[in-house]
Parts: sequence; C-alpha cells; structure tokens
Amino acid sequence: MSVSREQLIDFIYDEARMLDEGRYDEWLALWLDDGHYWMPLDYKQTDPHLVTSLLYEDMFMLRLRVERLNGARTFSQKPKSRCHHVIQRPFVDEMDGDRFVTNTSMHYVETRLDEQFLLALTATHELRLVDGALRIASKRVDLLNSDAAFGNIQLLP
Amino acid sequence: MTNAADIRALFNGPQVHRDVYTSAELYRLEMRHLFTDAWIFVGHDSQTPKKGDYFTTQIGDQPVIQVRHSDGEIHVLHNRCPHKGTKIAIDRDGNTGKFFRCPYHAWSFKTDGCLLAIPLKKGYDGTGLGESENGKGMKAVGAVHVHRGFVFARLAEEGIGFEEYFGDSLSSLDNMVDRSPAGRLEVAGPPLRYMHQCNWKMLVENQTDTCHPMVAHESSAGTAVKIWEEMGNPEPRPVAMQIIAPFMSPYEFFEDMGIRTWPNGHGHTGVNHSIHSDYEAIPGYFEAMVEAYGEERAKAILDENRHNTVYFPNVMVKGPIQQLRNFIPLGPSRTLVESYIYRLVDAPDELLARTAMYNRMINAPTSIVGHDDLEMYERAQEGLLSDGMEWVDVRRLRTGPEDFSEQDVENGTTERQMRNQFDAWVKFMTASMEDA
Repeated sequence: MSVSREQLIDFIYDEARMLDEGRYDEWLALWLDDGHYWMPLDYKQTDPHLVTSLLYEDMFMLRLRVERLNGARTFSQKPKSRCHHVIQRPFVDEMDGDRFVTNTSMHYVETRLDEQFLLALTATHELRLVDGALRIASKRVDLLNSDAAFGNIQLLP
Repeated sequence: MTNAADIRALFNGPQVHRDVYTSAELYRLEMRHLFTDAWIFVGHDSQTPKKGDYFTTQIGDQPVIQVRHSDGEIHVLHNRCPHKGTKIAIDRDGNTGKFFRCPYHAWSFKTDGCLLAIPLKKGYDGTGLGESENGKGMKAVGAVHVHRGFVFARLAEEGIGFEEYFGDSLSSLDNMVDRSPAGRLEVAGPPLRYMHQCNWKMLVENQTDTCHPMVAHESSAGTAVKIWEEMGNPEPRPVAMQIIAPFMSPYEFFEDMGIRTWPNGHGHTGVNHSIHSDYEAIPGYFEAMVEAYGEERAKAILDENRHNTVYFPNVMVKGPIQQLRNFIPLGPSRTLVESYIYRLVDAPDELLARTAMYNRMINAPTSIVGHDDLEMYERAQEGLLSDGMEWVDVRRLRTGPEDFSEQDVENGTTERQMRNQFDAWVKFMTASMEDA
C-alpha cells in the first residue's frame, strides 16, 4: 500500500482537529509506542536531552498529561482550557517508502477564563506507515518565540 | 508608609499582613531597601567564560550586565549609558570585545565600566562632565562576590559582607558544586522562563512548603502513580517516575525530612532525606567521585540530599539536581521565574539528562506540576484582595517567640522558614530606613 501526498496532509489536519475537540484517546492512538513529542526551548535547538526543553515527552508522559486533564482534582483545569489550531497547508518534505516528514505552520490559540494567548509555531511530523495506517513517530513543535517568558501553556500545540 | 516601625508592624510572628504581597508602595520599598542592601544572585561565571562575554539580567528592578573584564574578573555594571540612559546591552548575552559602545552616541567604556572615549570630546571642555558621576563611565554595582562560580552582588556601596550575609547556608551551594568530580559546574543552555502573575514572595515561600505537594500535585504525581500501578508497577522505573512519584509521599515523609533555618532568611528542606534521595545510581558516577575525593568524602557529599535551599531573598537551589531558580520581581503581582540547570564537570551525561528532565517536567510553563503551582499562586494573589481578612497565617509549629539569629533544625512541616524569611525581610527593609 502506498500513501499519497493528500493522505499525509489530511492526517495532519485530522490530528489538529482531535486536539481542538479534546479527542485525546484517539489522539494517543495515533502515536507509535516509542514516539516523542518535543517542544524545544531554544531557537533551532538540536539536543533534547542535555539542555532544557519545554516538552520532551514519551508515551507514558503523554498519557499522564491526557489523564490528568480529566482528573477531579486538576485544579489548574477548573475550569478547563480550550484550544484552537489554524494550520497552513502542510509541506511534505520527505516521502521515503513507509517514512514521511511534514512541515506545518500553525497559529495556536489557547483560552481559559478571561485569558487567551496566541502562539505561532512550526510543527515537524515524522510519520510511519504501520499495518496500513499512518502513525506519529515524532512531533517537533518549534514556537516562534520559544525563548519568551510564558504563563501556563496547558494544552498541546 | 516609609518608616521602620510601619514595616515591623507587618510581621508579628504568627502572621504577616497581606499588603506585603499586594501593595505597590511596599514593592517600591522592597526594591529600594531589601533588594539594594541584601546580596542578590546575578548569574554563573560559566555564562561569561571568555573576556568580553556578557549577559544581561536584573537585580530587583535594576537592569544590570554581568561581564568578564580583560583581567579575567567578573564585573556587574548598571545597564545604562551615563549620557542619556540608553541600555548599553540589549540582547540577553554576547561578546562585546574589549569595550562596550553605546549605540546612540558612541560613548565607549572598558568592560569594567570606566569611560574610554566620547566622540568630539572637546565639546565637553570646561563643562564639568569629567568631574561628574556621568563622566566616569558606566556605574558598577556596590559589591560583587563570586562563590564557587555563583555571582552575587549588592547594589549598595556599603552594607553587610557576603560571608556574614550567607554564613553556613553556603554549604548547600558547596554541596552542589562538590557533586562534580572536578569541583566545577557549567551552565547547560538557556533557562526556562516562566511568567507568574503573583508576588515574588509566594514563590519563595512555596520552596519550603512541604504540606502542598501531595495536595496541589495530586493531579500530576498522583495520576502518574496510578497509571504506573495499572501497568503492574514494572521495574526498573523510568527516570520520569523516579522524579515525579516522591511528590505523593505522605505527610510523615515530609515531617521526617526536616527543615533547617539559617540567619538572614536562608533555609532548606531535606535535612535527613528528601524527594531526591532515591534516584537510581548512574553507572560510573560514584567511581568518578571516589577517584576525585576518596571514598569517605565522596559518600559524605552524595549522602546530602537537601531538597530546596532558599537563598534569601529570591533564589532556590536544588543541590542533588543541579538546578537554580531565580524569582525575579517585576511588580507587586508579577514575577519572572528563570530556572537554570548546570552540568557537573567530569560526571556522566546521564546526570545532566535527568536534571534537564526534572527542569522541564516540574518547572516549565508546559509542566503539569508547574500548572497547579501557578494556579495556587494566582488564586492567592486574587484572594488576598479580599478585605474580609487582612492577615496571612504562617504559624504552623510555632509555639512561642522565635530567635532566628541561630541555625535551627525542626520538623519538616514547620512554616518556620517562611517566618525566618519575613524576619529577614523586616531586617533588610529597615536596615537603611529611619525610625518613626
């Protein structure tokens, strides 16, 4: 089975919509077991391990993050935040057998109570075709202002 | 409110008046007195390793530059051109070569601040500029002291000495540095920068608040423990679990860990053990420490597992994690937290990887632990606007008048360290203030 450019682009749109609609179980199911979600702290950071990042989470941490959102004593989510992705048509940078890399510019809006903020970012997805389905091997989110001081960013860009 | 008696009335032992967190006037006095007369953290010398290297930061509300001068010494200068006030260095760090040059009118200064040159200088002949303060160059802060790589400064020209101010509390910084087989730390990358809409003192108090982790962090640490149980508690536990699970330790654990207070507002949790005690050994590290220090000394260094050490007024150090958090006041209800991590020179990289993980897991604006802390601070900042009650309670395990002039060790759930901070707050707020 082969994957078309359009299927890759649809996948990126679908993922953003799952996050916006809070369909986290479906979202977690997109990931490969050894996947990592990385949000660097420094502009053009190359190392996720030996300097600080905003996020570098494996499936255990992502599952924890998602389960926490629904907890009865998750105080920073009372009331809950909402988020909204506006995405530009993804570039498909690599199509190599069952491995694909996309590059997507987005505006991400998160809101809670009277506060709302906007982040501009570029997401780089590494996707794999496994048993006929596209899965996320890694997602790197580079915030345009990653070195700025932020308040809470509670959901996932 | 400008005299010492008014300031002293804000802290009565068991309670502190809410104005210390909300009043713009008290914030202004903190900047002019406390943050001027006390020793304040600036940076680490590895942030400016080469001559001409500089980085910009703040001491209280004062913009300053830490710079490595041509003689190799660290200088801390007010970041202001003596001519029209323009900030000399705008970027966060860089190398300025042999001199600073103001981008507005090209006045230039040696890296110790001394005036080097002014274009068309004859225009100042007979004007008296040379005799004025502005004609000398960029102004240096009152005093600078580098302790094992950590740069502290006192804005005031005169005042308490570095050793007298910190005393035995320096043992926590020493232990953090001793954990390097080479006895040296190096900063690892830029700090996390996390904006808080609350007073800076709430963050400092929370560093020795041992009754909040199992409550405020139940949603993160408690859920982690629950998921791990559902997975059948597989061993070995990944580093993330080693880091987060101890936040759910019972009250008895925190009672037994102990709190030590030192004079001048310094103190630490984790006298006997801490949430950092049970991390898995990293291969090759102990061997490197024994090689460097001998077995007995290496064990003594690593047996210290202090949790949070507060260096009054506004930094916290985690020795076993090699982390420093700087709580920079930006206003009565606005605080920037910068969380730095350091590499233990000659130690295995796995230690730094754990440190970087701790920093992002616990202290990032994206951290599921940090989220609930910030939520508590910001709720408190809003709640304190209530006129229903004027006093904040800090009397836990206080049974009578306290003497903070001597070191003391107590039950780990005491709020004595918070009281110790307010005792020092009064002392340094009023040190150069007139009595009523």
